[in-house]
Amino acid sequence: MYKILEKEVLGDINKLMVIEAPEIARKAQPGQFIILRIDEYGERIPLTIADFDREAGTITIMFQEVGKTTMQLGTLEPGGELATFAGPLGHPTEIEDYGTVVCVGGGTSIAIIYPIARALKQAGNTVISIIGARNKDLLFWEDRMRAVSDELIVCTDDGSHGRKALVTEPLKELLEQRAIDRVWAIGPAIMMKFCAATTEPFGVPTIVSLNTIMIDGTGMCGGCRVQLTEGAKFVCADGPEFDAHKVDWDLLLARQRFYLDEEKQAIEHWEHECKLEAMT
Amino acid sequence: MTELTNRERMKIPRQEMPTQDPGVRRTNYDEVALGFTPELAQQEANRCIQCKKPKCVEGCPVGVPIPEFIKALREGDIEGSIRTMKEKNNLPAICGRVCPQETQCEAMCVLGKKGKPVAIGRLERYIGDYELTHRTCPLERPESTGKHVAVVGTGPAGLTCAVDLGRQGHEVVMFESLHSPGGVLVYGIPEFRLPKSVVHAEIDYAAECLGIRVHTDAVIGRLYTIDELLNEEGFDAVFLGTGAGLPSFLRIPGINYNGVLSANEFLTRVNLMKGYRFPEYDTPVKVGKKVAVIGAGNVAMDAARCSLRLQALQEMEGAAVHIVYRRSPAEVPARVEEFHHAEEEGVIFDFLTNPVEIYGDENKVVSGMRCIRTELGEPDDSGRRRPIPIEGSEFDMDVDMVIMALGTSPNPIVFIDAGGLERSRWGTIVANEETGQTTKARVWAGGDVVTGAATVISAMGAGKRAAADIDRYLEGESSPW
Repeated sequence: MYKILEKEVLGDINKLMVIEAPEIARKAQPGQFIILRIDEYGERIPLTIADFDREAGTITIMFQEVGKTTMQLGTLEPGGELATFAGPLGHPTEIEDYGTVVCVGGGTSIAIIYPIARALKQAGNTVISIIGARNKDLLFWEDRMRAVSDELIVCTDDGSHGRKALVTEPLKELLEQRAIDRVWAIGPAIMMKFCAATTEPFGVPTIVSLNTIMIDGTGMCGGCRVQLTEGAKFVCADGPEFDAHKVDWDLLLARQRFYLDEEKQAIEHWEHECKLEAMT
Repeated sequence: MTELTNRERMKIPRQEMPTQDPGVRRTNYDEVALGFTPELAQQEANRCIQCKKPKCVEGCPVGVPIPEFIKALREGDIEGSIRTMKEKNNLPAICGRVCPQETQCEAMCVLGKKGKPVAIGRLERYIGDYELTHRTCPLERPESTGKHVAVVGTGPAGLTCAVDLGRQGHEVVMFESLHSPGGVLVYGIPEFRLPKSVVHAEIDYAAECLGIRVHTDAVIGRLYTIDELLNEEGFDAVFLGTGAGLPSFLRIPGINYNGVLSANEFLTRVNLMKGYRFPEYDTPVKVGKKVAVIGAGNVAMDAARCSLRLQALQEMEGAAVHIVYRRSPAEVPARVEEFHHAEEEGVIFDFLTNPVEIYGDENKVVSGMRCIRTELGEPDDSGRRRPIPIEGSEFDMDVDMVIMALGTSPNPIVFIDAGGLERSRWGTIVANEETGQTTKARVWAGGDVVTGAATVISAMGAGKRAAADIDRYLEGESSPW
């Protein structure tokens, strides 16, 4: 069992948890992910590592309550335990001194771009970061991102904080104005698709971190496969980071929707159980 | 009771094991074969003529003293029977269920020359189940040797190796990447063929008796590399029994559409994650109304039979499950019993047929499959006749789910930073067949990770041979590197 040490609610729907996992913390690197399972009845879900502390022996995860598992996870409190917490999985981000890089983080994924931006900065890059969300309440870690970036651009879809824009707008301007050596874009698949389309005409290498359906996270099930121009790859074992310009985004988006009906059913079942429990 | 003569013994018919009716069992996940009653076991045990030079033992990859355990059983000494079994096989309740006895011990039984062989597997299962309930002769843990062994993978090879090393007094830690030990016994083989309660009971029993620690959620290669286990974590030896877990997909158009999945994914959802009990369990599993399983090995049979059960649970009307195989019935690689059970339960077999394209609808969900007929040519490297496509014979199959059961290869994650560990071009570890020694010092390997996908019992045999060699090494009797 893996103990929940801290919990923080960031804005409306983002929740952060610090998990006691000293073995994983020894080895975790930016860009890698873990698989968790709440209890005996739980499903296995992948979450990218938001932060790690080798000395404290902890892994930080960030999640948005979108499905049954994340909703249930959100009800747990410090002192609670997770049945499964396996990692670090996947390849770490390839950190080098590329020159000038742009790190784009959308919504909950701001937590994932943060350790990557930090490592890129430490490696000597000039780091320009763009973070965005639908509105002010969904933004977080602006200060942390600022601390590891040479420049930080903040945007919201509704203009309630920072610039009123989608992240692709400042990204395009940067590409037009400056020599950018590499871009990381991490967020919802649709955001990553449009970031890829934005950088492609400029020929700037662009890396995305894909979050697909997976079970084991070690290459065993193949449920996470993604179609690249050169053939299919497994997100868990070959990724999770890929060249954004090679990804078949429409197939990826379609594969993410395959279990939508079951996800709804799982939420209904869980809410029903919660009501029954409240009555007793 | 007077002793029976051999003539009398040979007149007793082979006892059939009660099974669930095919029409009923295809609608549930309960075990198909129900096991012998004490009376049936006694009757079957009476059939053994106690050959002086028993051929059956030669057919067993781990050399179980078969006539001896059967003799003890029929003389009413079930504890003695179990003790005899455990000299060579620590996991009889599992082996009795999943070994291909018809090609091993029972194939060699002299009774099989004129009639039917002794049902050795069923008797093995009978005493194995008895022991799990009664625990008459727990494995004894000798004084610790102070030597530490890491066993990576908790499937048949790793389990067998770990238990044998534990019986020699070595300190054993088993590392498992998933949340539950058992490997393919848990994620792959379905409940109706091998109940998970049996696997867990067998593992828990052995681990408790011998003080073996099971470290789940440990992905070796990522959490610890092999070198870290050897050089930093204090292990004197490492055994790799990580199996062949990487699924293969056909290289045809449409292979990544929704509804095309590996048998590994499908079976893991059903078995390990208990998807058939969704939404009580969180992991969903979809089943098509017209399912095509590609391949005809044991895994294909398992996937097909799980599909039938899911269709029945969802009360689908007009549902069907096909097995699509590019060779003929004579080449089917599955255990005879599994092939037979699948046929009985209503799986439709399309032999001499090979998929060439999968069609998808506007949501990129499978909407059909184009196939081509094949004929058999000369034998290929595997010794089986090569399927040759018949030009112009293409046709469309109406399917909405395609499950790939084409075999698996070793998962490469475990090899991260494992310098000096030589592998073949198929990704399997190069290891000595007799000892399990690899090209890397203090590292042994056995099971599917060495041979490619094979059987449970052959992996157990490899785990056993490696354990013996590791023990010799730890006792200072041999040092191959």
